[in-house]
Amino acid sequence: MNAGLAGEIAQLTLEHLILVVVSMAIAIAVAVPAGILITRRTAWRPWVLGFGSVMQTIPSLALFGFLIPVPLIGGIGKRTAIVALVLYALLPILRNTLVGIVGVEAAVRESAVAMGMTGRQLLWRVEMPLAARTILAGIRVATVTTIGTATIAAAIGGGGLGVFIFRGIASVDTTQILAGAVPAACIALAADGALGLLERRWAVG
Amino acid sequence: MPRAMARRNLAFRRELADRVSAVVEFRAASYRIGEREILKNLTLSVEPGETLVLLGRSGSGKTTALKMVNGLLFPSAGEVLVDGMPTTAWDAVRLKRRIGYVIQEIGLFPHYTVAQNVGLVPQLERWDAPRIRARVDELLRQVGLDPDQFAARYPAQLSGGQRQRVGVARALAADPSVLLFDEPFGAVDPVTRLDLQKQFLALRRELGKTSIFVTHDVREALMLATRIALLRDGVLELLAPPRQFLNAIGDEARAFLECLDWRVDAT
Repeated sequence: MNAGLAGEIAQLTLEHLILVVVSMAIAIAVAVPAGILITRRTAWRPWVLGFGSVMQTIPSLALFGFLIPVPLIGGIGKRTAIVALVLYALLPILRNTLVGIVGVEAAVRESAVAMGMTGRQLLWRVEMPLAARTILAGIRVATVTTIGTATIAAAIGGGGLGVFIFRGIASVDTTQILAGAVPAACIALAADGALGLLERRWAVG
Repeated sequence: MPRAMARRNLAFRRELADRVSAVVEFRAASYRIGEREILKNLTLSVEPGETLVLLGRSGSGKTTALKMVNGLLFPSAGEVLVDGMPTTAWDAVRLKRRIGYVIQEIGLFPHYTVAQNVGLVPQLERWDAPRIRARVDELLRQVGLDPDQFAARYPAQLSGGQRQRVGVARALAADPSVLLFDEPFGAVDPVTRLDLQKQFLALRRELGKTSIFVTHDVREALMLATRIALLRDGVLELLAPPRQFLNAIGDEARAFLECLDWRVDAT
């Protein structure tokens, strides 16, 4: 492997990581509160979950493509890529937040209320700690998927390790494809392992 | 506390009770879900220091009546007064913190230690840490658990009986004026149940708390009650102290008393 390729791998890996971290941060900031919201507003549940599901059913390459003509969030480049990745990551986090909170034992919730906890105390002292593990599991799934999907961001000028892959496909160069795929897989494995460790740490009871 | 002193203490509380108005009062309280009337026109007052047992079959409305006391439910007609004030006029959180609540499933917080569970209401009430710790130790001893051994454990590390003791300690934590029990000993084995019932009587001697206790077990009702309120299909059928209840002639009371008579040699 020559020094030029190594340098490019390092640079694109960093770009890839930034894409993933920024997208996941936004996805968590949107999906966790939205997930909490739909535990309180049951009528909104099918709409919010439906939105998340629809986003996931759109083939990822198409989703990137659809966003290009959209004003403000669209166009060519990183911003569009991040929007697409966020939309793609919403569902697992939403669903696990909902399931985690709804799954808190009814008796536990009832005693919390009967002991005079306010709605906020119930959420932060009881529901969130008990749902944390499930929510984290959702974040883990979303992160691993996002690391893979982020390679497609290169198709709309988003950069990242996908640059290698698309270049490799275009020039039928396996080395180039591997230069993108191997680091991406490594990042995914590392993220999965680290988040899995955190998940086990948060085991309750 | 020596027994004689405790008895005098209770007698004193009773005397006080005559002068103080009811702690909890149901005034023609009804509860309805859609067309179904679960509780019909319940009028009943609970006197300071007494243990009123709500006895009835499943679906008789006893749990509904209990939940109307701490504002988990509100009457669709009539009213329920706690310390002379309708539950609807109380601040919901204040009312609940004044009333201890123990349920069959216990509902201990699995992510909190025993000490954190018991100290929760004092903590919500912003007591300082040393005071909470002292209170937790005192309560655990009162319910027969050694604080050194149990305070740091998690609920999953306790037996069913121990968990229920923690549940009782938690309900007592902020020195509530009324305690509500919803079939608290229903899910434990009979030997443990008897232990817990004895503990309940000992605590009552010691603390003289006003309690409302829901059960479908007539033996438990006779053992623990100062008065038994028998509910049938949401209607109060009979209100009597245990001795009178034993001689009751109503169908439903007889049906419950029959549960006591059955013996192995009867078949």
